[in-house]
Amino acid sequence: MADTAHTAPDRPDGLKGIASDWASDQRAFKTASWGKSMMWIFLLSDTFVFGCFLLSYMTARMSTTVPWPNSSEVFALHMFGADIPLILIAIMTFVLISSSGTMAMAVNFAYRRNRRMTVILMLFTALMGATFVGMQAFEWTKLIQEGVRPWGNPWGAAQFGSSFFMITGFHGTHVTIGVIFLLIVARKVWRGDYDRGERGFFTSRRGDYEQVEIMGLYWHFVDLVWVFIFAFFYLW
Amino acid sequence: MSSSSAHAHETQPGEAAVAGHGDGQQHPIRLYLLVWGWLFVLSACSYMVDYIHLEGLLRWGLILLFMVLKAGLIMAVFMHMIWERAALSWAIILPPIAVLVFVAIMVIESDHTVFTRMTFFSGGG
Repeated sequence: MADTAHTAPDRPDGLKGIASDWASDQRAFKTASWGKSMMWIFLLSDTFVFGCFLLSYMTARMSTTVPWPNSSEVFALHMFGADIPLILIAIMTFVLISSSGTMAMAVNFAYRRNRRMTVILMLFTALMGATFVGMQAFEWTKLIQEGVRPWGNPWGAAQFGSSFFMITGFHGTHVTIGVIFLLIVARKVWRGDYDRGERGFFTSRRGDYEQVEIMGLYWHFVDLVWVFIFAFFYLW
Repeated sequence: MSSSSAHAHETQPGEAAVAGHGDGQQHPIRLYLLVWGWLFVLSACSYMVDYIHLEGLLRWGLILLFMVLKAGLIMAVFMHMIWERAALSWAIILPPIAVLVFVAIMVIESDHTVFTRMTFFSGGG
């Protein structure tokens, strides 16, 4: 690929920059590589998927005349002799945010060619992701035992169960896939694949340490989606 | 996005020789720790909204405020969006506005549905 001048000194910023970058006869994303651009575009499409889930949840909740179950009580845990509202969800939120923090630092160490720290931080990220999924499995088990089903529950509107399983299930699937890919990329970093520019199994293109940043984009997106689920499903 | 030049090219001495995009996006670890800390504080704040039983507009407003701040921090710093060029950021940020339009349509639709349910079904649906 020809160098498409990331650093041309006369490139304008702002609106003019957008127009000139998109109008140019080469590539629109001057500083983002092929892999990074494609990950961003995938994440954009995933935004629409999650957006539509949350939107259908909103529609179900707004259009039912049956009271919506109080999530603060539904997701309370009995700890230390009292019911603490939403405590498991709060812990899950902190775990996922922490995993985003370690991922961001893993990307940083990857660009510094510090393979050891990169692998350690990525494994921590994967561990926290797996912890998150484990807590979600615990939460599902608890709710199923209490009688929540996609078609009904003991506390109110039947759509609560269908929205809950659909939204958290799809998010949990994303976290699980993320953990698997974290382990795959961590192994490649550990072996030094990115120092030698080995070809990847997925695209057969030569990998470099930007792969860690692209992996990070996916992981932060999973955290980002949780921010919206936490706000709209659990707190609203 | 005009702040990009200030941070985007901080590389350690001796590492600048690596060709291509392999040496991109180096920012101080301190910045990530700072954002991490703020995300913790904002999450704790949004949890407190529920814990102290705020109601009505104040509750919804605070939930949305903390949500937007958290999402903004994650996208801007963790996902490096403030250091990307505007052509990429806008291409990613603008299309989800279509979702907001969809939300507005479905709010109207839901109001209509709940109105007909209350009018024509005695027990609601």
